[in-house]
Amino acid sequence: MNRKNKEVFIKYLFLLFALVSIIVLGLIVFSLFREGMPLFATVPFRDFLFGLEWYPTYDPPSFGIFPLIVGSLIVTAIATLISVPLGVLAAVYISEIAPQRVKGILKSVIELLAGLPSVVLGFFGMVIVAPWLQETFDLPTGLNIINASVILAIMAIPTISSISEDALYAVPREFKEASYALGATKFETIAKVIVPAALSGISTAIMLGMARAIGETMVVLMVAGGAAAIPESLFDSVRPMPASIAAEMGETPYRSAHYQALFATGIVLFVLTLAFNLIADYVSHKFKQTGSATL
Amino acid sequence: MAANDIIQIHHVNFYYGAVRALTDISMQFEKNKVTALIGPSGCGKSTLLRLLNRMNDLIDQTRVEGEILFEGRNIYAPQVDPVEIRRKIGMVFQKPNPFPKTIYNNITYGPKLNGVPAADLPGLVEQSLRQAVLWDEVKDILDKSAMNLSGGQQQRLCIARALAMKPDVLLMDEPTSALDPISTAKIEELVEELKRHYTIIIVTHNMQQAARISDQTAFFYLGNLIEYNKTEKIFTKPDVKQTEDYITGRFG
Repeated sequence: MNRKNKEVFIKYLFLLFALVSIIVLGLIVFSLFREGMPLFATVPFRDFLFGLEWYPTYDPPSFGIFPLIVGSLIVTAIATLISVPLGVLAAVYISEIAPQRVKGILKSVIELLAGLPSVVLGFFGMVIVAPWLQETFDLPTGLNIINASVILAIMAIPTISSISEDALYAVPREFKEASYALGATKFETIAKVIVPAALSGISTAIMLGMARAIGETMVVLMVAGGAAAIPESLFDSVRPMPASIAAEMGETPYRSAHYQALFATGIVLFVLTLAFNLIADYVSHKFKQTGSATL
Repeated sequence: MAANDIIQIHHVNFYYGAVRALTDISMQFEKNKVTALIGPSGCGKSTLLRLLNRMNDLIDQTRVEGEILFEGRNIYAPQVDPVEIRRKIGMVFQKPNPFPKTIYNNITYGPKLNGVPAADLPGLVEQSLRQAVLWDEVKDILDKSAMNLSGGQQQRLCIARALAMKPDVLLMDEPTSALDPISTAKIEELVEELKRHYTIIIVTHNMQQAARISDQTAFFYLGNLIEYNKTEKIFTKPDVKQTEDYITGRFG
């Protein structure tokens, strides 16, 4: 093989490697749609998406996943409200304020938190947080929105914090020096120069954290309570989409309407996660315009 | 003490950890003059410059001995707030470092922190940009990102940004080393112009530049001040052999 052919060969070899992941993803998406779409032959799309009743095993069954969507969105939203301030501020502390030694310790602890299996966190929510919530607030059950949101927030914090920290760390030293040289204090420098310059990365971190929370299954399966109804308070149980799919898939006959409905729920979840990723991409590009520092 | 000295340095030693970067430096900087600090890399000239507005405070494990008087007051005295010092002693860096903000907001960053009323800002922006001879080039794009400017324009923006604080002293750390010859010439002209109102202390690797723009020149070598005199004298009849060797290009 001469040199030129070798180059061409290597080029296509790497193209093949790159294509593998695309092909696998494509096939998964294809089978998701193939198994889920037939449902809409019998159940109208509108009734599926906005139907208020999820009684898949009744006769006749009703497949309205609106309560499931609400469940997913609400636990994700509250988890975001909790995890974004904690994650971003922790990143600011680690990257800009903490002394070298503390920085090292905090970073490894947060990495450790990221490494906790979700089932362990779910277990923690089930046997520690739930009974505490139940007793303290005198509730019928401690497996509810608040519990799931807190546990999801704990899961999202390492993602948000470590990606934000990378973004803050990447802010050129020159910006900080310029700010200090103009008589800015440390706090002013962080608030007006460092965080804005890292905003693109921080937004990406937040979006990825939210995507992680909305797709998380084990935690919501264990601690969200599993009630497929629109919640009226934060102490009500909900049944987020991933929990519903995981709990019911094992008991559905192959290609029954219920089976198809679960796949269709998977499609909705896929579209939502995709939307988060697209938004993350858009936001990071939007801020990048003014955020890049080149000579 | 001469009445027109704005900064006086008395027996300053400076350490990075255990390494001594400056040894027993004593010198004065005259008001409304341009003083050039020259010397080979690692001789301590930038370190000295950064001592004058306490920028070295930002580096861990550094230590200063001796005193630096700014208008008669020791800026390293315990009760002195470095933020106050930096508002009076501005700095321009080697690499142009505008903030990733609009041109307008780059200029107003310092004054806003300093509590300049919002109504005064547009006038201040124009004045600073005119002083830095950048106004005509950017007056129509003030709301565009400063990152779109050329390197030379960015550096003049950084000078304008420092001037907007109305400092008494302007420190320049090799301000033209990252620029092309035309931009360099513009900055040099600007320095000539600025010394009527400001005291300028400039670190440079470019000997011709020091000779062209400065009134006084200090030559540093290995953390010591070797010779400090009128620029003319340094470049024509230096007293010390080392200085002569350096400016004639025999080492460095």
